Amino acid sequence: MTYQTSRRGFLTAAAASATILAVGYRPDGVLAATGEAASLNPFVKISGDGTVTAVLKHFEMGQGTTTGLTTLIAEELDADWSAIEFEFAPADNKRYKNLAFGSQGTGGSTAIANSFGQYRSAAAAARAVIVQAAAAEWGVKPDAISIEDGVLKSGNRSAGFGDFITAAAKLDAPAEPTLKAPEDFRLIGKATLPRKDSAAKTDGSAKFGLDMRVPGMARAVILRSPKFGGTLKSFDIGRAKKVSGFIDAKEMPGKSGVAIFGETTWAALSARGEINAEWDFSKAETRGTDDMLADAIKSLDAPSWQAGKEKDAGVSAKAIKGAAKTVEAEFHFPLLAHAPMEPSNCIIEKTAGGVTVHDGCQFPALAQPTVAAILGLKPEQVTVNTVYAGGSFGRRANPTADYQAEAAMAFALLGGERAVQLVWSREDDIKGGYYRPMAVHKARIGVDEDGNITGWDHRIASNSIMKGTPFESFLVHDGVDHSSVEGAADTPYAIPAMTVGLSDITTPMRTLWWRSVGHTHSAYAMESLVDMAAEAAGKDPLEMRLELLKDAGADGKRLSAVLKLAAEKAGWGGTLSQGRGRGIALHKSFDSYVAEVVEVSVDDGDVRIEKVTCAVDCGIAINPDVIKAQIEGGLGYGLGAIMRNHVTMTDGVVDQSNFPDYEPLRITDMPAVEVHIVESAEAPTGIGEPGTPPIGPALANAIYAATGERITRLPMSENGISFA
Amino acid sequence: MAIKLKINGEERDVSAPPSTPLLWVLRDELDMTGTKFGCGVASCGACTIHVDGVPTRSCQLTLEGAQASEITTIEGASGKVAKAVQDAWRELDVVQCGYCQSGQIMSAIGLLSETSKPTDEDIDDAMYGNACRCATYVRIRSAIHHAAKTLEG
Repeated sequence: MTYQTSRRGFLTAAAASATILAVGYRPDGVLAATGEAASLNPFVKISGDGTVTAVLKHFEMGQGTTTGLTTLIAEELDADWSAIEFEFAPADNKRYKNLAFGSQGTGGSTAIANSFGQYRSAAAAARAVIVQAAAAEWGVKPDAISIEDGVLKSGNRSAGFGDFITAAAKLDAPAEPTLKAPEDFRLIGKATLPRKDSAAKTDGSAKFGLDMRVPGMARAVILRSPKFGGTLKSFDIGRAKKVSGFIDAKEMPGKSGVAIFGETTWAALSARGEINAEWDFSKAETRGTDDMLADAIKSLDAPSWQAGKEKDAGVSAKAIKGAAKTVEAEFHFPLLAHAPMEPSNCIIEKTAGGVTVHDGCQFPALAQPTVAAILGLKPEQVTVNTVYAGGSFGRRANPTADYQAEAAMAFALLGGERAVQLVWSREDDIKGGYYRPMAVHKARIGVDEDGNITGWDHRIASNSIMKGTPFESFLVHDGVDHSSVEGAADTPYAIPAMTVGLSDITTPMRTLWWRSVGHTHSAYAMESLVDMAAEAAGKDPLEMRLELLKDAGADGKRLSAVLKLAAEKAGWGGTLSQGRGRGIALHKSFDSYVAEVVEVSVDDGDVRIEKVTCAVDCGIAINPDVIKAQIEGGLGYGLGAIMRNHVTMTDGVVDQSNFPDYEPLRITDMPAVEVHIVESAEAPTGIGEPGTPPIGPALANAIYAATGERITRLPMSENGISFA
Repeated sequence: MAIKLKINGEERDVSAPPSTPLLWVLRDELDMTGTKFGCGVASCGACTIHVDGVPTRSCQLTLEGAQASEITTIEGASGKVAKAVQDAWRELDVVQCGYCQSGQIMSAIGLLSETSKPTDEDIDDAMYGNACRCATYVRIRSAIHHAAKTLEG
């Protein structure tokens, strides 16, 4: 893989403008072909030697974009999969905007969904102008030319793309190029297409942000307030001066902390350990998480807003009153850190006319203007060099662009000449906030004598992720942050007389989306409650769900299909040996439908998660093996958290600090996983996140089936469950 | 006062405080960035290298402590076992974000060098300390079995 900054790209194109064909979209959205790649910021480039390069507007954090978007280009271009290359796009908020939310960034499991038409059209346009150029040169009709693995053929003539790019770059790209019919796909849907990033990630050569090196670079770490919202009163360099490689320590703007500079990361980290700071906690969060939880529970007596379709809070209570049976439960969800393997970091380097940010950058649309504003530059003076990101799970997409902002401040503090690499340690990461919000769900459900639900009173208290961010206007309506109630307030189940109340937990502590956002807690509550209601109704959990989906329209059909498929493949209803239990859960998120069946064994009180059987409908499956990997990883990510992760605070100070007390899922915890993909002709939908929501409730339901114990407080390990 | 290290068969002179963790010597002094920083407390395995052939967390070994040993990093992983492991990783497309995989691969090479036909329990023991936040564990296990089969011939 090669990366070109737009400036270098421009020079390349200017020096040899005839040796590249670039196809992309002009700012007005019209497809264009040109010989000047940099002026267009294209989606596909073809060079004189025939090399095809897909330009990726989405970064790679493991979800498979480098394979997925490249597949879309290679498919419509009929390029050779083994030879096609990719590079990450520069910052260009017009051309490279995410069509799902209007600015350049990756998130919400949208990379494939929003690129499906766009990338294929760009590649189809490239194909069209190449074929047109070849047809003119060979004196044949365009439809007499075929392309296979990057080789054009007509009669006994054959040639590569490179032979026609000069002529093709002078042609007008078709406004609406013809796309392949699904039956003609040869790469899309192929089960064994190898990942494009496998080789570099298995020999140590793949460069992540933390691996980037620029000449003369200093390292910076930051000493932050031990309580969220605290500010720096004073600090004493102390013995830091004696640390070999220590450069300097300076107060951060806004008294947010102390930036400590070193010639190496170890020097900066060691020096930080020698610095004493005094903090002002007058505006800080000084409660413990137990107090925050108690406040949240109390707020549910009178929720601030009604978030469901039914706005009259009294409707559910009335419908539940007099029911033959009632089900009641309260669920507690802790704060969670994302803990991606690569902690937050980035480099700010002074380059001609501005700076370059070297970063596994998830949201160039936020990072670029944030860095520019801090350094007094125009956004276009900030070049974003996107590199591989060592995981994110939401952490790298921050509305405040927190670590890029810190890096820019540190760069300015050191003088604005020398490049600075800002590094977060694992302790910084675990203690640093931007957590998955705490949440409390409380529900009362009425069930009549025939086993039908009569009403459902659901109440949620959580930290709002979106309020106070640029996303507020899109995702907060009438006080309700949709991300606090998604998956519950908009449940696809046809539940009568359902109300969903919401209260916000407010605190100076910062929260952030965490793989599958609100669904991380709403699915657990909803799918545990459906099982509890089924038991009260005397029904099988599968039967209960299918009934609730009968009148649920198109969603109901697709949910029923994945549910039945997962149940069938898992042998739902079949007998199990003593000490074993099965649980099922179903959830729609990011427009995809996932059902998971968990089988557990319990030996001497220790729970072992034996197997998870999954069925997923995410529309047309572009890369089936990547989809399987995302379901495996998505449920694994959820499992670790549900089993034993929580961030707690005592008097405002985070109790955990690193992996020993924020223990990640280990290979010994990982169950066998079987993934079945529903064949579909629908447009592709999300896959990075939808595997996560159902795993918690499927596990909880399996443990209930095996032990009779219903777990409503997370993590499970802190609430009476020990895992083998 | 340079300290001599033998890394991937080559002698390297390093001028850094003797107590510097080898992880940071590799990454910041020698720019060998294939070995990753994940936790700094031997709890994630991202920094796994071989010291005299034995998988070792380089965040816990000092520059001084490493000078008498043969150090192998992912950049120098070679030989039959290493090739079988890397090929298996590629064939099964184990990686997602990939950040932990240098460490995973170094641990797997260590395992297969000692135990040619590892059981699931052997894999659990050898790989327990290598965390993968993308949870690629199903494929890591399969790839180790796959590599073992390849080596069997």
